[in-house]
Amino acid sequence: MTTIDIDHVSRWFGNVVAVNDVTMTIGPGVTGLLGPNGAGKSTLINMMGGFLAPSTGEVTLDGKRIWRNESVYREIGVVPERESMYDFLTGRDFVVANAELHGLGAKEAQRALATVEMEYAQDRKIATYSKGMRQRVKMASALVHEPSVLLLDEPFNGMDPRQRMQLMELLRRMGAEGRTVLFSSHILEEVEQLASHIEVVVAGRHAASGDFRRIRRLMTDRPHRYLVRSSDDRALAAALIADPSTAGIEVDLTEGALRVQAVDFGRFTELLPRVARAGGIRLLTVSPSDESLESVFSYLVTA
Amino acid sequence: MYNPTVARLTYRSLLGRRRAAILFVLPGLLLLISAAVRLFNGADDQVAADVLGGFALATMVPLIGVIAGTGAIGPEIDDGSIIYLLSKPVKRPTIIVTKLFVAVAVTMAFSAVPTLIAGMILNGNGQQVAVAYTVAALIASIAYSALFLLLGTVSRHAVVIGLVYALVWETLFGSLIEGARTLSVQQWALAVAEKVSGGGLVASDVRLPVAVVLLAVVTVAATWFAGQKLRGLKLAGEE
Repeated sequence: MTTIDIDHVSRWFGNVVAVNDVTMTIGPGVTGLLGPNGAGKSTLINMMGGFLAPSTGEVTLDGKRIWRNESVYREIGVVPERESMYDFLTGRDFVVANAELHGLGAKEAQRALATVEMEYAQDRKIATYSKGMRQRVKMASALVHEPSVLLLDEPFNGMDPRQRMQLMELLRRMGAEGRTVLFSSHILEEVEQLASHIEVVVAGRHAASGDFRRIRRLMTDRPHRYLVRSSDDRALAAALIADPSTAGIEVDLTEGALRVQAVDFGRFTELLPRVARAGGIRLLTVSPSDESLESVFSYLVTA
Repeated sequence: MYNPTVARLTYRSLLGRRRAAILFVLPGLLLLISAAVRLFNGADDQVAADVLGGFALATMVPLIGVIAGTGAIGPEIDDGSIIYLLSKPVKRPTIIVTKLFVAVAVTMAFSAVPTLIAGMILNGNGQQVAVAYTVAALIASIAYSALFLLLGTVSRHAVVIGLVYALVWETLFGSLIEGARTLSVQQWALAVAEKVSGGGLVASDVRLPVAVVLLAVVTVAATWFAGQKLRGLKLAGEE
């Protein structure tokens, strides 16, 4: 049982705050670190991996401080996001070197290469590898010492669907074995498919924490905004506001449209066509105006 | 304090990059000049000392030192691949000391060996000139490697700073300002070479005991400091 504790951690670069007073505990099983690009996910992972000191607060592995403590790497495996590796080596040489640095040998390296199914290309130079192959060799290099904690920064980037499924299967298996697996992603579906537990960070802040059903509900229950154009905007507005699923309507004269804020997503989507039909109103445009992931995330911050 | 895996990776990345071409070009140039001088001028001890002192020790050794010293760690820090060394239970000073060994070995191989051969070509080691400058090159290799390894650890512009130091400080200021010569790896190495050759054609502005102490202090301090810097190396994310 290995646990990473992040205790009131902030990290700033100059006067830019990348991580703002985050407290979370990453335990055994698969945890997804979800957030839009630039939210501070990599900064958090770098601090958990001991490659960055927190500006304030403490990051510990089973109570042991991680920063400036190379003994933690007996238990931690790291899969960095950056592509650069020792490109002049073959995949096998690279993984063997990583094993040797752990005091292990070719046997363990071979086992790790088999785990990620890279034996077929192990004698080719890394420089000739595709992005997905690189990702798997990085994975093998992190697995040679069978770490109890695995940290992966955007591991699915650049993988094709089949490779993605293989890696998910592997991470799921490792989580089931009781290892602590943490991966970051900005794609909700990825996290939802794999992680039993989700930590959401937005703009450096810890926005939500829990299982994905709870996070999903938070995301669908949020107020939705729509831009609606119809043959009779004012009549439609009057009919919509009469129902409790609509919280507010603005008649936007310059756009020639209605801006509707709905609080009950399910009920509103059912209400709108019914009301329009009853009033003999033609709907010309119905478009959600805040469906971007960023707006979903920023809602979570305030939730 | 020495890790063979780190050494292997360092050798391969040092000699596998395009920069490594300079490691062959400079000694080649030295041998070419020496052969030409011998051919047109005949064997002359003073000329031999001028070529070895002016080109081999003053220019070639520090340049090779810059390439090998900064190249042993700088590119790995720049492209982030050092993460594969840092994410291991290996002591940071061990990584630095190993890389220093490699940088010293490469600098010696590509500077001291050609110096000896050039000296033999120039005057057949008359008045111990070839051996004296070879000893100087060997000693300078150690101090330069340590200095430039530290530079590669602390700065992304290590090569430029290293070149400025090697060419401007050691060569230009060294010949213009007297004080600068006291703080010059080249002069310290020459002090040892002076002792070897028994004076005459090889001379240094620094006395031997001072030179030996400064060489030791610079090498040890630079290596220790590089180890400390690596312990606290922050790998910024791509965000």
